[in-house]
Amino acid sequence: MHILDFNKLSLRDINKTLQGSIKNSFFSIRNPKGSHALAVGINKKITVKIVGSVGYYCAGMNKFSDIKVEGSAGPGLGENMMSGNINVTGDVSQYAGASGHGGSILVGGNASSRCGISMKGIDIIVKGNVGHMSAFMAQKGNLVIFGDAGHALGDSIYEANIYVAGEVASLGADCIEKKMTRKHLSNLKNILSNANVSDYNPDTFRRFGSARSLYNFNVDNAKIY
Amino acid sequence: MKKKSITEPRTSHTFDAYTNSEIRRAAETGIYDIRGGGSKRILPNFDDLLFLGASISRYPLEGYRESCNTKVILGDRFSSNPLNLEIPITIAGMSFGALSAQAKEALGRGASLVGTSTTTGDGGMTKEERGHSKQLVYQLLPSRYGMNPDDLRKADAIEIVVGQGAKPGGGGMLLGQKINDRVAEMRTLPKGIDQRSPCRHPDWTGPDDMEIKILELREITGWKVPIFVKVAGSRPYYDVALAAKSGADVVVVDGMQGGTAATQEVFIENVGIPTLACVRPAVRALQELGLHRKVQLIISGGIRNGADVAKALALGADAVSIGSAALIALGDNDPRYQKDYEKLGTTAGSFDDWHEGLDPAGITTQDKKLAKRLDPKLGGRRLANYLNVMTMEAQTIARACGKNDLRNLEPEDLCALTVESAAMAGVPLAGTNWIPGT
Ligand SMILES: Cc1cc2nc3c(=O)[nH]c(=O)nc-3n(C[C@H](O)[C@H](O)[C@H](O)COP(=O)(O)O)c2cc1C
Repeated sequence: MHILDFNKLSLRDINKTLQGSIKNSFFSIRNPKGSHALAVGINKKITVKIVGSVGYYCAGMNKFSDIKVEGSAGPGLGENMMSGNINVTGDVSQYAGASGHGGSILVGGNASSRCGISMKGIDIIVKGNVGHMSAFMAQKGNLVIFGDAGHALGDSIYEANIYVAGEVASLGADCIEKKMTRKHLSNLKNILSNANVSDYNPDTFRRFGSARSLYNFNVDNAKIY
Repeated sequence: MKKKSITEPRTSHTFDAYTNSEIRRAAETGIYDIRGGGSKRILPNFDDLLFLGASISRYPLEGYRESCNTKVILGDRFSSNPLNLEIPITIAGMSFGALSAQAKEALGRGASLVGTSTTTGDGGMTKEERGHSKQLVYQLLPSRYGMNPDDLRKADAIEIVVGQGAKPGGGGMLLGQKINDRVAEMRTLPKGIDQRSPCRHPDWTGPDDMEIKILELREITGWKVPIFVKVAGSRPYYDVALAAKSGADVVVVDGMQGGTAATQEVFIENVGIPTLACVRPAVRALQELGLHRKVQLIISGGIRNGADVAKALALGADAVSIGSAALIALGDNDPRYQKDYEKLGTTAGSFDDWHEGLDPAGITTQDKKLAKRLDPKLGGRRLANYLNVMTMEAQTIARACGKNDLRNLEPEDLCALTVESAAMAGVPLAGTNWIPGT
């Protein structure tokens, strides 16, 4: 294990080391002090443990990597990530997993507004609650919420799935509750077992998705826009 | 018997034929008009400016014999590998999806032949354009369709798109007709559905966030490639200042004449300010920050010829960018397709229903047969010719003004034909010393 300490190294040094490391390396980052753009653009299967909280865009655009944040994360956690995993033990701010194409994010605490906005294939699991406009324009992938969801959940959603165990304050335009089919239940179980989450009752989850009524412009829908 | 009128039938200027046809169209269809291209109305523009050639008070340079530099470096503020362009005219971002793969390839070929850059667009990077563009700018757009870190690392520069002159404050639109399998896959959406690109980025708002976004992009690309920020012409003074403050290497300002693939007509014609009015406030913002020429300024929106290039540069821009004109060079709205245009209910020169995907010239389409009409090699050659002509035209003017570098042109070389353009460009009305507003 390599220790990278913010008290001794700059952001550039740390990111450069992570990006240039060899496969299967293991890093522990100390004293992150809420730094922005930490552990971004990684293109290899490496493991990074960050001891403390991070700022904006932690693990942005990563592929293959395993990132664990022992603390909380600022806005845009794992934005546009392609594959690999992120695990945050605390809370995360706005736009977690924005436009994420693949891989998974597991949030131990709560996620703020617009969690999973424009997601494109990523799986996001939030053990607590999510804020308003989560899964806004979500295209593909899955958002699993153990707690409650804020207003306008799944507004203008495309083909992504949302699973919620708690209460939903309100649904956004074109988002409806859908039947939890066998296929979707096994999808949910898969997502959770891939993330090593086992302490749950699958029957408590409801499924939401697109009514697909806004897919092609229709004059009679104009009032909804 | 017909009654003879004693007065001529009089049509209204307020309710002219076009306005009336629009009212009837709205009444019939119940939907606003969507179209491609830029503003079609009469606007103050670069034609309203004239150059004051040299004579006794200044002396000119000899054409052909005395050199006039056209090279420009874009993005050397923070990046270690800035773009080195042979000419100060770049190809603007136009999305694959809006344009055919052949058209994107032709743009790359043409730009590379003359040593300039081209730009991706909404929907991501295609291998055709990467393969055929020596210098390719990769756009980061609100939709993030096709956004991929591997492509980001393949790019020679990154352009954060905040706005577009045709639609400041608006998002994108690609109607279902143009979403074939390849376009759908690149955008991670089902085939045949309308795609509404959002107007705001999913993971930041405002200049303080943008600064952090720029930091992230630099950290991902190792501070190697320049980062551009593109804004629509609406409040150029503030937007350019904020973009520069946020850490951009290059700022692109796109005026209201700027083309679009598909936007509401009401948006194109009524939101934003003319390109001519964007340049001086943008330059002033950079000058006041001590960043003029350090953060390069690219101007776009309705640039057509070497005179436009020279005028934009004289007002303080470092380069210009073209979209519509490049498509015309490839064959868009060419009279040789007049019959086909008529079948679509339009004429060569007026065709702007680019969103419907039926372009007879094979440029704004995803239809395989139509797209085949455009030969990317020939198209690239035509674009290169056109870019060369524009450059030579700009040099002709610069030499006449006694300048051995296009960027040595200055506002003092210009005068204006109208009070409006004098005020907007901050140059005197022809034959006077009067600059309105100063
Ligand atoms: C067909 C077409 C597609 C466009 N697509 C994009 C795009 O994806 N992203 C973008 O920032 N601008 C886009 N634009 C705008 C151009 O980048 C540029 O701002 C504009 O064309 C400049 O004005 P001009 O057409 O008068 O030269 C598009 C323009 C056209 C004509």
